[in-house]
Amino acid sequence: MNQPADSQAARDAARKARNGRNIALGLGLVAFVVMVFVVTLVRLGANVAHPHP
Amino acid sequence: MSKTLAMTPETAQPDTTETARWQDYFQLMKPRVMSLVVFTGLTGLLAARAPIHPVLGAIAVLCIAVGAGASGALNMWYDADIDRQMRRTRGRPVPAGKVKGEEAASLGVVLSLLSVMFLGFAINWFAAGLLAFTIVFYAVVYTMWLKRWTAQNIVIGGLAGALPPAIGWAAATGSAPLNAWLMVAIIFFWTPPHFWALSLYVTTDYAKAGVPMLPVVKGAKETRKQILIYSLLLVPLCLTPVLTGLGGPIYLAVAALGGTVFLILAWRVFASRAGDAADPRVADRALYDVTEDEKAAGSKAARNLFAFSILYLFALFAALLGEAVAGVHALELLK
Repeated sequence: MNQPADSQAARDAARKARNGRNIALGLGLVAFVVMVFVVTLVRLGANVAHPHP
Repeated sequence: MSKTLAMTPETAQPDTTETARWQDYFQLMKPRVMSLVVFTGLTGLLAARAPIHPVLGAIAVLCIAVGAGASGALNMWYDADIDRQMRRTRGRPVPAGKVKGEEAASLGVVLSLLSVMFLGFAINWFAAGLLAFTIVFYAVVYTMWLKRWTAQNIVIGGLAGALPPAIGWAAATGSAPLNAWLMVAIIFFWTPPHFWALSLYVTTDYAKAGVPMLPVVKGAKETRKQILIYSLLLVPLCLTPVLTGLGGPIYLAVAALGGTVFLILAWRVFASRAGDAADPRVADRALYDVTEDEKAAGSKAARNLFAFSILYLFALFAALLGEAVAGVHALELLK
């Protein structure tokens, strides 16, 4: 008769795993945005310092 | 009525893949292979000895790593049927049922596009083109075609694992001269003896999965001969960077000393009975001919070569990396 408890445990595990996946995805997206920003600064900086003729 | 209440008991049970953790998706990217790719790609980038902004250098290495991870995910999606049958691979996320095959494929495609596009926009399109070629070569040419078709699968497919130094070099300079391709050639000729040594003591697994690895198709004796031939090609090749202005005195010492040990270990494998006991061609005779001592000695010889091959490649590239970072002058004995 402990099926509901098992089911609840499985749902909790799924929720915990989903939270972990969402956090990892969020961090990945933030890292991507930061990288694009930094690369833009570096490339722009180089072009400002040494403008193409 | 809420969605939860509308569920039947069956549907209320979460899908097994709903409990997949982020680490399972990370495992799809073969992190151990990625770490090797990061190392060789970084070596190529620094061995070019060209000025590159540290941030751009780091981005280039990251793109190479993610591209390698993406091709790993595509490989895990396509090879799930093979992986399921082999002891070494059945715990991977797709065959273990932790992640769906379609998810692995999607991850592979998305990360492939992202890594190539980002490398192109941030660094240069030559490096991005080489990365795209590497991904397609590994995921399509090797995984979907060569691996299931020919015993030369890891020889030709090894090109994909060999290319990261050239991508790193191209990221730093926008070109890939002879020295970049020398690094590629070293990994290319290192791959067959490395993998065939492994396959000599996991032959039964490859046979069960129907993968035409050399020991399965041509037999253990031919494999031992091929290991020796490729080792005889590899060791002199590893010395050539000191002729072309790539390697310095530290590299020369590592290549000469390590190469000697490599050849000794390859000879021991050649002279052993490694793989014979599991070889169907000699299985009947093996029951009588291959003693337990010979079997153990052969297996040990193959394991020793496999383990040392990893150390040898690591030492070679560490020497190149160290010399580039320390500013040690490369030798150019041909001049």
